[in-house]
Amino acid sequence: MTTSWAMKRGVGVTSILFWIVLALLPLIGFVSESSSFDYYMFMGQSMLIYAIAVLGLNLLIGFNGQISLGHSAFFALGAYTAAILMNFGGWPYWATLPIAAVVCFAAGLLFGFPALKLEGHYLALATFTLAIAVPQLLKYKAIAGWTGGVGGVLLDKPDPPEWTRLSPDQWLYYVCLAAAILLFWVVFNLLRSRNGRALMAVRDHSMAASTMGIDLARYKTIAFGISAGITGVAGGLSAITVAYVAPDSFTLQLSISFLVGLVVGGIASLPGCLVGGVFIVLVQNSAQSISDWMKATFALRYDVPAWAIYGVLLLLLMYFLPAGIAGGFAQARTWWTMRGRRGRQQ
Amino acid sequence: MTRLTRRTVLSGAATLLAAPAIAGGKYSPGASDTEIKIGQTMPYSGNASAYGANGRAHAAYFRMINEQGGINGRKINFISLDDGYSPPKTVELARQLVERDQVLFLFAPLGTQCNTAIQKYMNQKKVPQLFVATGASKWGDPAHFPWTMGWQPDYRTEGMIYAKHIKQTVKNPKIAILRQNDDMGNDYVGGFREQIAAFKDTIGADAIVIEATYEVTDPTVDSQILQLKNSGANVFYNVTTPKFAAQAIKKAAEIGWKPAQYLVNVSASVGAVLRPAGLENAQGIITAQYIKDVTDPHWADAADFKEWKAWMDKYNSTANPSESANVTGYAVAFTVAQVLKRCGDDLTRENVMRQAASMHDLEVPMLLPGIKLNTSATDFYPIESVRLSHVEGEHWTLFGDLVSRDAA
Repeated sequence: MTTSWAMKRGVGVTSILFWIVLALLPLIGFVSESSSFDYYMFMGQSMLIYAIAVLGLNLLIGFNGQISLGHSAFFALGAYTAAILMNFGGWPYWATLPIAAVVCFAAGLLFGFPALKLEGHYLALATFTLAIAVPQLLKYKAIAGWTGGVGGVLLDKPDPPEWTRLSPDQWLYYVCLAAAILLFWVVFNLLRSRNGRALMAVRDHSMAASTMGIDLARYKTIAFGISAGITGVAGGLSAITVAYVAPDSFTLQLSISFLVGLVVGGIASLPGCLVGGVFIVLVQNSAQSISDWMKATFALRYDVPAWAIYGVLLLLLMYFLPAGIAGGFAQARTWWTMRGRRGRQQ
Repeated sequence: MTRLTRRTVLSGAATLLAAPAIAGGKYSPGASDTEIKIGQTMPYSGNASAYGANGRAHAAYFRMINEQGGINGRKINFISLDDGYSPPKTVELARQLVERDQVLFLFAPLGTQCNTAIQKYMNQKKVPQLFVATGASKWGDPAHFPWTMGWQPDYRTEGMIYAKHIKQTVKNPKIAILRQNDDMGNDYVGGFREQIAAFKDTIGADAIVIEATYEVTDPTVDSQILQLKNSGANVFYNVTTPKFAAQAIKKAAEIGWKPAQYLVNVSASVGAVLRPAGLENAQGIITAQYIKDVTDPHWADAADFKEWKAWMDKYNSTANPSESANVTGYAVAFTVAQVLKRCGDDLTRENVMRQAASMHDLEVPMLLPGIKLNTSATDFYPIESVRLSHVEGEHWTLFGDLVSRDAA
């Protein structure tokens, strides 16, 4: 795990440029004639939302070394918080996001306490139960008045302010992007602070860390809380962009997607979170297209199962890029600079 | 048999004339002189992947249509995508189908939550969401959602029909309910309870003595059945999906509980429920049906059954023939093909909806005799009647007359 960047000063020019490019993308809509442009903006929103969720998970798994299979639960909690505030409280959509963050932070903190006693696989199992339990709890009769029970809660898609002259999807893309930039910036700074180094020390060698005077319990629970809070914001955004929340949206499958996104993007890598978000949205769809393409091209009689293709893609990725896509890039760059240096020396 | 001859003539005509003869139609996105593009979302993976059989049956039906020359000379291009039964994914795929792939309409997307997630969107975009594959009662609401239409009889009505039958046949009913904790279970039990409450003068206000629930993820329902038995109930309303229905029937027999049993249509499958539960344990169980039970030799000589069988052998041979999804899938695909046929050369979204909302006594193969599809601008419930049947020997045997929605 290369985290040497955490020691460097200043924000890289590359990353600033990268975010600017992302911010310019919706403007293509003003010159593009394509009728599917809004659909691509919607895909962009989903990618950013998943990237934020993966960021939350990465803080916990990648930087603090605690495993969670239960982040779909915090995603759900954030989504329902936003939905209930909008639907019953009449809150504006943007104001629900900080609340979703606070609620999920608190829930994460509470769950973090018992989780302290559990390490590694045991923690994974404990969080697993969270992911299993939440879709059922959401259907619970006593709270069905708020959660809509199995029927879920339908929301209105927010309209953009008139002066922007953006379509709703362009506008929501900017909302997601703003949240993403803010949260990535917060995490970036957190990791480069004293506390961030403590988090990583806990991951790398907890005994040594505690000898150095780091309060393990405190750091672990707070890491859990912040991680849950970030994922909760992603959940809130998802409720706003999809304009519907329902228990079936937050199954264990979602937790697994976060985890896959995290591993594929690159553990303990911030750019990796974005790659992971893109991967979650794109690859499932392209697995289906590859399956269709194979069936059509080879004139097969049977469907090629899309999930098998997904699995093969995943295996290939893990085999060739064990450190994830972002990790692979980093390796390639190191190799390139080393080659350059060797060239100069000769 | 006019249908058969028309189809033969049509395929002949299509081969002779090829495409150019029908130029000059009116089209919305997704339709042209040569093609009709239809989209669908379907859970091919995930918790509900068993329902994927529906989508495969639809695809098989459209393959047959295309080999026979298409509809009014136009080939069906059917794009069915896997949403894994997850509503946000359904939204994404529905948008892909409507905005990127430019389909004419969505046909039979499956799942109540999944359809709820896209209903507002489809109606804003004015793209038909036709014959949704869910039995929830909320789909026939043309005043608010003029672009959404159901197909199968809804669960609420079915529940009401059972309640009526209990009132007529059981003295001093004490009813025990086993319910799957989801939208299907809620609808079935909601309609049932409403009707029972309406009968409180004749059967008493507390006829329902116990209601137990389970989750789809539970391994068994054994303990629930014990609870139900101990309540002293003499009627068992079994609101379950196939795996649990089989368990419940078997367990009830094992512990010697012999109530009058009502099994919801969702699980009225001989192959998936009654045989695993043991046919000897299932005798006399009552359900409401609208499609033909293909395991019943009674239908073997029916013309539509023969046609269905030929279609299964030729186009859908990899599917399990006793699975009822192959029958409903066939029937609903037939219905949509009829709608498109009647659209003629006016393949606009408005006209698709207009034709779907003006079916008059349409007879659909593999539905029970006497069931006809009727819709109007204010009636978006195509199938509104069912027939009660009970298990006799190895099959369902129909009894009584057609029971329809209005009567319930």
